[in-house]
Amino acid sequence: MDKRSVFKSVWLPILFAAPQMLLVFLFFYWPAVAVLRWAFTLEPPFGGNAEFVGFANFVEVLTNPLYWNSVMVSVIFALAGTLTTIFIGLVLALAADRQLPGSGLFRFLYILPYAIAGPAAGMAFRFILSPERGIAASLNAMWPDFWNPAKYGSHALIFVIIIFAWKWAGYTFIFLFAGLQSVPKALTEAAAMDGSGPIRRAIDIQVPLLAPTLFFLLVIMMTEGFVGADTFGIVHRTTNGGPNHATEVMVFGIVNEAFQGLNYSGAAAQSIILIGLIMVFTFIQFRFVERRVHYK
Amino acid sequence: MIQRTPYADAFTYFVMILGFILLIGPFLVIIAGATQTLQQINSVPFRFMPQGQFLENASAAWARADLARAIGNSFVMAGLITVGKVVLSAMTAFAIVYFRSPLRHFFFWAVFITLMLPLEVRVVPTYNVAADMFEPFRLLIAFVTGIEVSVEWNLLNSYAGLTLPLIATATGTFLYRQFFMTLPDELAEAARMDGSGPVRFFFEMLLPLSRTNMLALTTIMFVYGWNQYLWPLLMVTDPTYKTTMMSLSALVPSENATPDWNVTLAGTLIIMTPPLLVVALLQRWFVRGLVATEK
Repeated sequence: MDKRSVFKSVWLPILFAAPQMLLVFLFFYWPAVAVLRWAFTLEPPFGGNAEFVGFANFVEVLTNPLYWNSVMVSVIFALAGTLTTIFIGLVLALAADRQLPGSGLFRFLYILPYAIAGPAAGMAFRFILSPERGIAASLNAMWPDFWNPAKYGSHALIFVIIIFAWKWAGYTFIFLFAGLQSVPKALTEAAAMDGSGPIRRAIDIQVPLLAPTLFFLLVIMMTEGFVGADTFGIVHRTTNGGPNHATEVMVFGIVNEAFQGLNYSGAAAQSIILIGLIMVFTFIQFRFVERRVHYK
Repeated sequence: MIQRTPYADAFTYFVMILGFILLIGPFLVIIAGATQTLQQINSVPFRFMPQGQFLENASAAWARADLARAIGNSFVMAGLITVGKVVLSAMTAFAIVYFRSPLRHFFFWAVFITLMLPLEVRVVPTYNVAADMFEPFRLLIAFVTGIEVSVEWNLLNSYAGLTLPLIATATGTFLYRQFFMTLPDELAEAARMDGSGPVRFFFEMLLPLSRTNMLALTTIMFVYGWNQYLWPLLMVTDPTYKTTMMSLSALVPSENATPDWNVTLAGTLIIMTPPLLVVALLQRWFVRGLVATEK
């Protein structure tokens, strides 16, 4: 994977890479080392040097029911969000791929929600899905308390998942549509000659051939659901973790623990666990992606 | 495909229109709500027809959330982040691909591993570094030489603080690296034969050839920069450096009076517009950037 023809210089590559290396060192590795140090030490409450406490911070985190609650919330959020976005993206990509007149316009429109920041979308959805207005108000008039995210934890969790799915459906759509474009036309045409209709062709030919893209999106979206920037923004701007911790995802827990609870060691221990999880996802993603990328 | 499928076609349109309602419907509600009066927006059922009240609502939101300043700051922030990412990742990729330096594997992995360290998990120590930029160096120098140096540079409440911690980019670096790999070896050979050094080759051949990559990267990084939420929220306490994402909280309708969601939605719509325009007008580039960086 190396270039045959390269330039000879010792200090030029260092000079070219230096600015980014400096930023990476200052804002990624130095803080990461601090997180590692805090995770295994504890500051005495009345000052003094931090002392090494081994795995005590981890034990404390792992025996805290609120932490396990945040793990559960994150798993539900990431899994439900991922499956919803992939399902919507897949159905829309299959429809748009049929190239009927006008589908180009729909294709253009489906991507737009991806431009919106999670918190801004959250702000708008607080109005759109408000229990006192619009569709939800009519439903609530028929069945009292049919939809009330401020009161019921399960409703609040569904609420944040809807916002996540709305934003990211366009993203999965882009990848699945691109994947469908590379399904050989000869295959679908042959199936059509044999008398299978569009839906049959979609289920038996197109979706199985999309398997690599689907798997790739599964990993990407799970990572996004667990640690994506939008996950924190959506929760912080809408439910703020409530009601009663029902939407407190793991990243929200970490930031809260650090800046509200001022418990850096606890937050650091939670961070280490989450980094471990991300490493697993990244490993899966790159093992798989490396096989897909070919250089000439 | 030559096949008549009237039912399947009708079903396809049904699905696409359903997708339209799900994904574009919220925009229509925001636009309708942002153009209504206080009475109209609080009436049940909600009316989906836009009214004529947008300018009044927008100016109320503009004043309430100090949007002029916030939008200016967000443009500066997103612009600096975009330029920084596009330039620095090109330079790093050049160092990795075009030199047989023993350090290039180190450069590659140092950038790669940042993918596993999202801001949320290192937020407190990153904040500490921003509060005292030279602390790492001071400690290193003290550790190595035993000399105490007292230089301090506080990044909190500054444009440098808003942007520097967010400029390092693994995806951008990989995008360039991948592109440089696909360029034929003969290119560098020819340049060398003609007497051009590496610096000239970088500026006069590689950068012009990377124009499409740069444009694609610029669109996605602008949207990324504009939509940053957690970092500005933590490090900006001085309203002079407030960004649009932070002014969202000023837009929340008050609980005591009749909630003026029309003003809130008008403000939210204004905040949403710049990245929306980028994605709409430069969609070809945006999509190309997304697909390319994830490969």
